[in-house]
Amino acid sequence: MGRARAFVVSSIVLLLGRGRRRPPKQAERVVPELPPDRGAETVVLALLFAAALFAAGFIVVYAVDSLPDQTQLLGAALGLSLLCIAAAMIIVAKRLIVTEELVEPYPPEEHPGEQELIVQLVEESGDRITRRRLFKLGLGAAGGTLGLAALAPALSFGPLFQTKYFRGTPWRKGTRLVDESSRPYRASDIEEDDFYTAFPEGTSLAAREDLGAPIVLVRLPKSLLKLPPELAGFDAEGIVAYSKICPHAGCAISTYRAPLFQPDEPRPALVCPCHYSTFDPADGGSVTFGPAGRRLPMLPLSIDSKGFLRAKGNFDDEVGPTWWGTRIWRPQP
Amino acid sequence: MKQHASIALTVAVVALSSAQGKQLYGQYCVSCHGANGQGVTHGRTIGGAPQRIQQQQTGVGPSLRGVGALAADFYLRTGYMPLHRVGDQPRRARVLFDDAQIRSLVAYIASLKKGPPIPKPHPERGNLSEGLHLFTDHCAGCHQVVAQGGVVSGALPPPLENATDVQIAEAVRIGPYVMPEFSTKAITNHQLDSIIRYVDWAKHPDNHGGWSIGDIGPVPEGLVTWFLAAALLVAICVVVGKRLRHG
Repeated sequence: MGRARAFVVSSIVLLLGRGRRRPPKQAERVVPELPPDRGAETVVLALLFAAALFAAGFIVVYAVDSLPDQTQLLGAALGLSLLCIAAAMIIVAKRLIVTEELVEPYPPEEHPGEQELIVQLVEESGDRITRRRLFKLGLGAAGGTLGLAALAPALSFGPLFQTKYFRGTPWRKGTRLVDESSRPYRASDIEEDDFYTAFPEGTSLAAREDLGAPIVLVRLPKSLLKLPPELAGFDAEGIVAYSKICPHAGCAISTYRAPLFQPDEPRPALVCPCHYSTFDPADGGSVTFGPAGRRLPMLPLSIDSKGFLRAKGNFDDEVGPTWWGTRIWRPQP
Repeated sequence: MKQHASIALTVAVVALSSAQGKQLYGQYCVSCHGANGQGVTHGRTIGGAPQRIQQQQTGVGPSLRGVGALAADFYLRTGYMPLHRVGDQPRRARVLFDDAQIRSLVAYIASLKKGPPIPKPHPERGNLSEGLHLFTDHCAGCHQVVAQGGVVSGALPPPLENATDVQIAEAVRIGPYVMPEFSTKAITNHQLDSIIRYVDWAKHPDNHGGWSIGDIGPVPEGLVTWFLAAALLVAICVVVGKRLRHG
């Protein structure tokens, strides 16, 4: 404990307490000299650290998943952080930077003397600020923490934060399929040319919003159904179930193309309304059109002795929009 | 005695009407739907006809036995049939027949085999908020939430602004072209009344203020907000950028 405290104290002393730079030899000034404005400096520093604090708040809110109105809080934290930095910049510009307006016609050829003058002007413009190191620290803290805040959401993709959310689904062997109002589906409820949304029995309304929960159910005529060999037996009397979440960008697949007259109309297809990825339910959900890079994850089905539809296990593939993790991890049964 | 006469008259009118329908059927429908409405699945070459393109094409069409007055009434009164080109998506078009001709054709199709009658929806008995909920669940994916129509790959779900109450009720039960078909088990008649009430409302939705931009959805509406906000930000930058003159 003592060692740690000593380390922290010595770090702060090293960072802040190093000898101040001596004021350079006073040459002739161009910019009028003004007294340091400690009050404005303090306000700027306070704003910068407040910005850092809000940015840190963003990371905290992002990490704590259970907060109500999380989205609004995230927006507020990020917005306030940016607002503080903007306010600090405005005060620095208005109150602390020494300025001098020089109205001169631009010379036809370059004068090295005047270039030096500008360099000197820039150098002198900052000399009203006395606590330079603290200033730099404040800027660094605000910028750095804001940068971290911007990176924080990316952690959701990596193995550091919860990835269970992406990988796990509530479907187990024997889970019954229920409709929106939690009534279990019977196989006889599922009619051809219509489509149904189902959820696993016993999940809360909130858990139904998880990517792995919703499925789409359709019944196809036996003559049309041609599942690939690795999906053989996934259907139950022609009823097939797929994840309702499009593997392209994660939209809900809410449209079903059900031809009235097979010979001259498009084949049955599940269509995602966001980017028109089109999947063939008769062929294991293979992509027939659109940007989706892989077929729909399929849920194996069975019918119990009372006629209720039950899952025969988990999906055969990772549910949700495709990212590198879906290619590495295999679904857990 | 009087009652008997009236029944006899009704039967006679239906029979006459049905006979006229059969004649019309032979003129306009038989090349694709086959003799006695049995359907054509193995196409043969047919020529042009009214509202059909004037070139040789292969006639295939579904059987009409058992589709009932419901489907015949829908396809004829929307102008979906006769189809411009076999295999096209049927679209709302000029109605080719007058009311009496439609009634006789409908009577003929209904006489082929027992089928569902023309529905009589009662949207005034429906519930508007239930209708919105059901429409969002079953219809909005394709037809857009205020029924402005949309796109699925391979077909164009039509806007419903010209759909009558009866036509909506018919379309839900038929599932024309690639639209799913909803039985009374999936959508009860009372739920259908609610949906129709909602679609009727969506033809002239209440405006709760703001700029709806044709009810095209939250994304474009939000985008407009962004444009306005960007203009405001530029204005702030200009104000901030004005120098305070010292002394």
